[in-house]
Amino acid sequence: MIHRETLTQLSADLRARKVSSVELVRTFLARIEASQPTLNAFVSITAEQALADAEAADRRLAGGGGGALEGVPIGHKDLFCTAGVRTSCGSRMLANFVSPYDATVVARLKAAGAVMLGKLNMDEFAMGSSNETSHFGPVRNPWNTALVPGGSSGGSAAAVAARLLPAATATDTGGSIRQPAAFCGITGIKPTYGRVSRYGMIAFASSLDQGGVLAASAEDAARVLREMAGFDPRDSTSVDTPVPDYLAGLGAPLQGVRIGVMKEFFDTGLDPEYERRVREALAVFERLGARVREVSLPNLPLSVPVYYVVAPAECSSNLARYDGVRFGHRCRDPRDLQDLYKRSRSEGFGAEVKRRIMTGTYVLSAGYYDAYYLKAQRVRRLISADFERAFGEVDLLMGPTTPTAAFALGAKTADPITMYLNDIYTISANLAGLPAMSVPCGFAAGLPVGLQIIGPHFAEQALLHAAHRYQLETDWHQRIPEQYA
Amino acid sequence: MSAWETVIGLEIHAQLATRSKIFSGAATAYGAAPNTQACLVDLGYPGVLPVLNAEAVRMAVRFGLAIGARIARQSVFARKNYFYPDLPKGYQISQYELPIVAQGAIDIVLEDGSVKRIGVTRAHLEEDAGKSLHEGLGALTGIDLNRAGTPLIEIVSEPEMRSAKEAVAYMKKVHTLVRYLEICDGNMQEGSFRCDANVSVRPVGAQKFGTRAEIKNINSFRYVEKAIQYEVARQIELLESGGKVVQETRLYDPDKGETRSMRSKEEANDYRYFPDPDLLPLELDEAYIEAARAELPELPDAKAARFASQYGLSVYDAGVLTAGRDLADYYETVVRAVPTQPKLAANWVMGELAAALNKEGLEVGSGRLPAERLAGLLTRIADATISGKIAKELFEAMWSTGQDADALIEAKGLKQITDTGAIEQAIEAVMAKNPAQLADYRAGKDKLFGFFVGQVMKATQGKANPAQLNELLKKKLSG
Amino acid sequence: MALTREQVENIAHLARLELEAGEIPQFQQNLSRIVDFIGELERADTAGVAPMAHPLPGLAQRLRPDAVTERDEHELYQKNAPQVAAGLYLVPKVIE
Repeated sequence: MIHRETLTQLSADLRARKVSSVELVRTFLARIEASQPTLNAFVSITAEQALADAEAADRRLAGGGGGALEGVPIGHKDLFCTAGVRTSCGSRMLANFVSPYDATVVARLKAAGAVMLGKLNMDEFAMGSSNETSHFGPVRNPWNTALVPGGSSGGSAAAVAARLLPAATATDTGGSIRQPAAFCGITGIKPTYGRVSRYGMIAFASSLDQGGVLAASAEDAARVLREMAGFDPRDSTSVDTPVPDYLAGLGAPLQGVRIGVMKEFFDTGLDPEYERRVREALAVFERLGARVREVSLPNLPLSVPVYYVVAPAECSSNLARYDGVRFGHRCRDPRDLQDLYKRSRSEGFGAEVKRRIMTGTYVLSAGYYDAYYLKAQRVRRLISADFERAFGEVDLLMGPTTPTAAFALGAKTADPITMYLNDIYTISANLAGLPAMSVPCGFAAGLPVGLQIIGPHFAEQALLHAAHRYQLETDWHQRIPEQYA
Repeated sequence: MSAWETVIGLEIHAQLATRSKIFSGAATAYGAAPNTQACLVDLGYPGVLPVLNAEAVRMAVRFGLAIGARIARQSVFARKNYFYPDLPKGYQISQYELPIVAQGAIDIVLEDGSVKRIGVTRAHLEEDAGKSLHEGLGALTGIDLNRAGTPLIEIVSEPEMRSAKEAVAYMKKVHTLVRYLEICDGNMQEGSFRCDANVSVRPVGAQKFGTRAEIKNINSFRYVEKAIQYEVARQIELLESGGKVVQETRLYDPDKGETRSMRSKEEANDYRYFPDPDLLPLELDEAYIEAARAELPELPDAKAARFASQYGLSVYDAGVLTAGRDLADYYETVVRAVPTQPKLAANWVMGELAAALNKEGLEVGSGRLPAERLAGLLTRIADATISGKIAKELFEAMWSTGQDADALIEAKGLKQITDTGAIEQAIEAVMAKNPAQLADYRAGKDKLFGFFVGQVMKATQGKANPAQLNELLKKKLSG
Repeated sequence: MALTREQVENIAHLARLELEAGEIPQFQQNLSRIVDFIGELERADTAGVAPMAHPLPGLAQRLRPDAVTERDEHELYQKNAPQVAAGLYLVPKVIE
């Protein structure tokens, strides 16, 4: 069963010409089509282009050429701009928006030979933790379709979990790669802020957004990230340091690696069975020779309120460009300019996006800026300093990715705060710009559980290494929902 | 004596003369077809990001150094949030709390010749907005975003000007400066240089400022003067009739010669400034700043002082000649060719040349009459080849034909007669032709001397050297 | 802290959002909850702590050489525009 192979294996098979890209593309397209009514993981399926690209990839492979991911099917979260293909951001606002250009990530993966099969569903403008805010309808969790896949990269996570794709791009502003990875039982990495170009990645909160990968294993994630990462002169916040070969040295011993267990992540909100799985995973690392100890980052509990000031503030400004003038939804028969603005935006944006725009507008407005925005940015520094102190003592930090496993659709939509608290363990890494992963580490009540690993800036290699070593010892990452096995 | 004191502060927007925009690689050329110079970044397309233009930074630093300001070692770009169709992102990238330039000063010369120092609070980098076009589109407005993203420095003065004239003097000085520095083409018609004026009045002697009105987007020196004068009169009349000045944005209508409230900007704005997360702090080190300082040209004030002392010019003339870098360079090119005649050169540059250029609406830099050519004319005055009177005729001929002075002197036979014998000959002929006048003169009618000068000049077609003629004529007439 | 109806309406106006009368109480309640929640920050002692606007320390803005790199693509870019004429984006009349 070809779809069960890892991306690493598929890439080797393509190179060895044991399988053609066209075959792979057809296989995965068929799975996508079949799953779409249930999972709704895709917003757009680009079958025709994918087959043409696959044929071209096969020609290059036949000639012994091609890039590192030549012929490998992938999908892009629908906030990465793709030239000539609708890029909706999960919003009615951009439901008819065809990007005239490729995001840097898209261009790089294209150059590496990866074949795009389509654009993946997501929470509207990446605002959500359950993929219920998409204009194109919710995505469902392949482990149990009554449950959410997590968000905002829910489409990407569900697609990889159900093996509709070997890997997909995603973005993480407050946990949007790691939380759905945990909910769907797959591996996800959010690199260091500035490691992957944000050019062409439609912004939610510019100082927090970071592109990354969802894949079946750490090795697969490393293989894709190696092609995505790197300096981009079009992004002022892109960092100009060389990208190490993330695949080099994978699997080396973990002897002596110092792991800190974040005390604050084992709070009263954490589901006991979830906690047991995470502690079992920590025991595996100990068995592998790592030195595991508890560390305290006292300001972490303030991460969520900091985030819900900073992210909405940036989003309120980032989303002001959607005004019905140059692109995007425009209301019918505007009476005047203000009517054009107000109705276009109110019709184009969903309730959660409006809530965040309004929150952000409020915290930046005269009289509140100091109390909320500046205060939050000060606490952000305290949180960042906590991490810096911790990384003076340990090499990696670990803990749960989420407080609970996947929840039911509709369970948390009534109260925004309940939904926001679902990101309580993931947000701090974004605030500090740190690389972080989620790795499957078992099941709680039959649902996947995620182990979170956080490292110092630019320590992607160390994260991937630890995760890979763990995956050599365990097979949680190989579990596939029965219906999609 | 008015009971009211006027208080004016200016915010001048100068477009920086970069090739590309401040945050994108689109061209900044003026006059292109609508939206043909608006790239994805300028249009605020989803996903695009700004990257700062090095040249815009260098230009802002040059300005700061030229006004003796503090150059920030770290400055920060901020977003100014508001909705307007010519503002594609819904925010303008500007600088707010930490501008690149702060605390400079500019000296202006008042009408009585005294010098007044006007404080410059700050000058910051920002992007220009696009343009709204209202003509010929019926109930619609058209948006052209070619201008969006053009780099600007906004130069904010202290509220230290006390009359419309002072404001104009200050604006002219800034205009001179940005052109000297070659950071702005200064073209006011094309909007490259424009200003907002904050105007208020208060009772003479009062400490507190009155409520101010902001007059937006004035793009000529004359309009600045008129708009301020109108606004001051309006405010005084309002206050004297028991009314109150409302803090608001107003627009100057040059056709009606009045300011009026801008309804579209009426509502109190809450710009929600915050640091732009897409841009990092701009850091400039000592070496960068010193390198920029070393590249500064001689500035207008220094140049004027040098002109006055080196060329023996009056302060006024030195000021006029250094008002533009092109003019000053022109003058100095002329002087280099006629080094003994700096005053003659000044008179010609400010007199005949200025008048001729003005008549055709040309700039000195237009190349219409190269400095070398004017110098050729002055050389012939200096070596007495031609008289001043002939020189004026010759100038006109040079202007219309584009020929050199020497060629024209040769062709037209305009060379001055300095040969004593030839002049004497002409005098004698005139005396012979006019015996009655000669007799009268010798009988004591001194006034007739002028008659004889005229006759000899006529006979020599104006070419007789006037000084020689005077001397010889006196001798001959007295018999 | 409970936000008043007027506050919610003002925020919506600043953000150019039109809320239907029936929606306002819901937004009022949600936003009040959020404002209470972020109000927790008040408890943190941040005396002497500088605000942190960027997640990576010590980075400075890179500068781009002043070169024209973009071509005229307005026809392509305007394919996404709701209303254009003669190369201009059109909006209802702006009154100045």
